[in-house]
Amino acid sequence: MPSSEIIGWFADIGLSDRPTVGGKGGSLGELARAAIPVPPGFVVRTAAFERFLSALEKDEPIRTRVEALDENELDKILALSQQLRARLENSMLPDDVNSEILAAHAELCGEGNNPPLAVRSSATMEDAADASFAGLQDTYLWTIGTRATVRCVRSCWASLYSAASITYRRKHGLPESGVAMAVVVQAMVNARKAGVMFTRSPMTGDRSVVTIEGSWGLGSSVVGGEVTPDRFVIGKITGEISVREISDKHVQHEPAPGGGIQDVETPEEFRKVPCLSDAEIVALRDIARRVERHYGRPQDIEWAIDYAGEIHLLQSRPETVWSAKDRAPVARPAENPLQHVMKIFGGRR
Amino acid sequence: MSTTVTTKTKGFPLPSSLKVIAGTEQAQAAYPYYIQFTKEDDDRFWFYNSMHFPEPMSVFDMITAEAAYCALGSANTRVHCLPTTLGIDYRVLNGRVYIGGNAVADPDEVAKRTQEFQKRAFYYYANWERLFAQWKNKMMALIREAEALPKLDLPEFEPLEHVHAGRGIASNHYILDTYQRTLEGYFRMWHHHFEFLLLGYGAYLTFFDFCKKAFPEISDQTVARMVAGLEAEIFRPDDELRRLAKCAIDLGVEGQFREGVSPDEVIRSLKQLGEPGAAWLRELEVSRHPWFNINVGDGFYHYHRSWNDDLSMPFAALPGYIANAKRGERLERQTDKLMAERKQLIADYRELLETAEERAAYDQMIELAHRVFPYVEGHKFYCEHWYTNLFFNKIREFGALLARHGFFPDTEDVFQLSHYELESAIVDLMTSWSNGSLPRGPERWPAIVRERKAAIAEWAKHETPPALGPVPDIIDDPAIVMLWGITRENLDTWLTAGEQPNSNEIKGVAASSGVVEGCARVVKSAEEIDRLSHGDILVCQVTNPSWAPVFQKIAAAVSDIGGSMSHAAIVAREYGLPAVVGTGTATQKIKDGQRIRVDGGRGIVTLLE
Repeated sequence: MPSSEIIGWFADIGLSDRPTVGGKGGSLGELARAAIPVPPGFVVRTAAFERFLSALEKDEPIRTRVEALDENELDKILALSQQLRARLENSMLPDDVNSEILAAHAELCGEGNNPPLAVRSSATMEDAADASFAGLQDTYLWTIGTRATVRCVRSCWASLYSAASITYRRKHGLPESGVAMAVVVQAMVNARKAGVMFTRSPMTGDRSVVTIEGSWGLGSSVVGGEVTPDRFVIGKITGEISVREISDKHVQHEPAPGGGIQDVETPEEFRKVPCLSDAEIVALRDIARRVERHYGRPQDIEWAIDYAGEIHLLQSRPETVWSAKDRAPVARPAENPLQHVMKIFGGRR
Repeated sequence: MSTTVTTKTKGFPLPSSLKVIAGTEQAQAAYPYYIQFTKEDDDRFWFYNSMHFPEPMSVFDMITAEAAYCALGSANTRVHCLPTTLGIDYRVLNGRVYIGGNAVADPDEVAKRTQEFQKRAFYYYANWERLFAQWKNKMMALIREAEALPKLDLPEFEPLEHVHAGRGIASNHYILDTYQRTLEGYFRMWHHHFEFLLLGYGAYLTFFDFCKKAFPEISDQTVARMVAGLEAEIFRPDDELRRLAKCAIDLGVEGQFREGVSPDEVIRSLKQLGEPGAAWLRELEVSRHPWFNINVGDGFYHYHRSWNDDLSMPFAALPGYIANAKRGERLERQTDKLMAERKQLIADYRELLETAEERAAYDQMIELAHRVFPYVEGHKFYCEHWYTNLFFNKIREFGALLARHGFFPDTEDVFQLSHYELESAIVDLMTSWSNGSLPRGPERWPAIVRERKAAIAEWAKHETPPALGPVPDIIDDPAIVMLWGITRENLDTWLTAGEQPNSNEIKGVAASSGVVEGCARVVKSAEEIDRLSHGDILVCQVTNPSWAPVFQKIAAAVSDIGGSMSHAAIVAREYGLPAVVGTGTATQKIKDGQRIRVDGGRGIVTLLE
C-alpha cells in the first residue's frame, strides 16, 4: 500500500515531515532514505491521532479541559490524566484509521506472519534539538499481532496525557491544539547487544571521537540506565580505539514469552566480557560517521546488533548538550600567519 | 603549552644532597669545573637528560653536551632571541647530565625580546626554503672539510718532498692543527644543528596546540601523522637496504645472505661468485657512501658506531628483506600512499572544525608546519649521524696514534680524556717527537684511564634521581617542552613514582596504535639485535634510524625514551606495528623473554607473567 494521510512508510518520509510523522518517525525515514540500516516500518501520522481525538471530543471535550489545568494542582492533573488515558486506551479507532493501520501492519509483517514489532511514540515536539521532552512518551517493545499493535498505538497516544506530560506542557504554556502525536510501528530487532553512541565526546565535546555504550540484549537496559554499559571511545577518523571500559553487565532485557520484555540475569560467562568486538566498534563508527555527515551535525544514536551480526539503527537525534554551548573559536586566522607561533614562543601572558 | 599549577610541598633532592659515589671522586673531578654542581645550584630546578644521555658519559663524550648546549643557548639567547627563555645550563654528577632552563621572567625583557624575535625568527620562517637550501650546502661543506682532514702521521724523518717543497712546517704541527680543526668542526656543526631546530619544533607545536584544543581527545600520534613528512634523508639507509635486497635477487646472489652469517663471510663468498658478486659489492659501496653513515645510537656516545664501521646491523636485515621481496612484497616505501593518507587525515579533521574561521586558522598553521618540519626530520642524518661519525672516528685516529706511543693500551681509551686533556697529551707527543725524547703521557694516563673506566661502570649500576631541586609551579620554557617533553604533569608523576604499589602496567607515550601480545626481547645495545626473532617485541632504551631494519620482523616496539615524533614512533606507524615509547623504565622492569602486551593506542605495556 502507498503512503497516505494516515500512514507514512519510512521510504517516503523525512525530517521535513516532522509535523505529521513526529521527530522519531522523521528521523527514521531520513535514515532509511540515506541507506542507513533501520528496521523496516511505517508511521501512523498525526492525522490519525487528530481524527481519533475529534471523534472522542464529539462526546466530551479533551483539549480545553487540559488547558484549563494549573501546573501546580497535581491532584487535578492526576485525576484528569487517569480519566483521559483510560478513555484513549479503551475507545475504538475511527474505521478508516483502523483499517489503514491494519493494512499497513499486514504489509509490514507479510502474509500469515506475526513478527515482533516495536511501537514507539513520535511526538511532534520530541527530539527537536531544543526540547528535552524526549522520554516522556511511551515505547512498547516486542508487541506481537494486530490487536496488540493497535492497542499499543492507542497507548502511545494516551501517554500524551500522562501526568508528567500534561504538567510539562502546562509549565511551558504549550497550547493543547498544537499537541499531536505520530506513532512508529517497525520491525523489532532481536538484539544480541545494543546501546547508544554519540558522535562526539560527552566529556570534552571532542568531535573527533565516537563514544559507544553497549550491553547485552535489547538496548532498553542501557537507555533506561538499568545496567552500567561497556564504554568504548573510537577515533572518528583514525579508527583508533582509545578507551575500553568493560563493566559488570549483570542484567539484560530479553523478549518475554507472549510479548513484551523481561529482565534476565546475564550468564556469568558474559557479564565481564566486552559486548562488542573491535570489528563491531569500527563498523558502528562507520555508520555513526555516515549519519553525522548526512545530518551535518553531531548525533545521539541508538543502535542494536542482531544475532546474525547485522547492525540496525533505532534512532538518531541531534546531540544537544555541547551543540548548545557558546564556545570561543580555538583560533582565528591571523593577518600574518606567523603570529600563530607566538602562542608557543610568547609565554603564558 | 600551559600546564596545571598545583601546590606540592614535595620536591626532588637538592643537588648538594647528591654525593659522588665513593671511589669515583677523581673521575668526577675530571669533568670541567664549570659543569660541577655548586651550592647556589640548590636554588634551581634540574632534570636528568636521560633522553639524550641515558648512560654515564665518559669525560671526552661530554664534548657533545658542551657543544650542543653552547649552540642551543646561543640560538635561543642571542640569535633568534626567544622571548621567554635563554639557553640551557648543564651540570654533571656521577657521569649523569642534569640540565636546567633559564627563563626570562621580567615582562619588559620579554617584550623587548619579542620584538627582536619577530625580526629574526619571522624572517627565517618567511625565507625558510632558501635558508634551508643554504643550510644543506653549509652542512655538506662542513662534512667535506671533516673528510678532508689529513691522516695523522709522525714519521721518523719529515718526508723529503715536504723539505724540497720548502713547506717549512713539520708534521707534529699538523697533529695539533688537525686536532683543533676537528674540535672546531664539531662545535660548528652543533651551531648548524640548532640554526632551525627550535623554530621548526615551534611551528609544529603551534599546530599541535591548536589540535589539542579543538580535539581534546586527539592522540599525539595523530597530530604527528598530519605533520610528518616522508622524504627525509633519515629514511634513506633503510631504503638502501631494500634496494640492496632487490639487487641481490636481480643478480642471482641472494642465496649468500642467510641468518647468522657474518658480513665478512658473506662478502668473501660474494667475491668467489665472480661478476655477479662483484656487481653487488659495487652496489653496496654506492649505498655505503653516504647512507651507511648512520650510527646505532643517537650519536652522543663514542661507542655508537655506524653501519659503515660495523656492517653486522645492515647485513642482519638483508635476509629478511630478501625473503619479503621473494614473497612479492613491494620493497619500496609506499610514500605516495602514505602522503595520500596524510592529506586525507588533514582534510577529515578540517571538516570536523565548527567554523570557517577555525578552518582558516588551521590551514595557516598546518601550512607553516609542513613548510618547516622537514628540517626537524632531515637534519639528524647530517648532524647526529654523518658528521658525528666522522668526528668520533677522527678522535679514534688520535687514540690510535697515542696508543702506538704508549699513552694508553687501547685506541678507545682516548675517550677517557677530556678534550682539554687530549690536547695536552697531543702537545706532549708533538714535543717528544720534536725533541727526540720520551713523552711523559705513558706514565700518566694508563692509571687514569683505568680509574675512569671503572667509575663509569660503577655509575651505571646506580640509579640517579629524575630531577633535582625545588619543583617549579609551571614549566613554560618552550625549549624544554619541545625538546624534552617535560611538563608539570611529568614531574608530578616522577614525584609519586615511588609511592605507587608495584603495578604490572608501564605507561608511556602512545606512539602507534594496535594491541599485540608476545615475547619481550630486551635489547640493551645494537650488538644484541640479532637476538630478535620473528614476532618478538623489541624492548630497548631508544631506537634510532639505524634500527629501522629490525621493524620488519618484530611485532611491536617499546622504548624507554622518545615521543610521538621519535624515530621509533614514525617507523612503527609506517610498518603498522603497535609502539609505546618514552616509558622511562621499560628496559628495567621488563625481563628478557617475559610475555607482555603492548597497547600502542593507549600507551600501556602490561606484564603478563
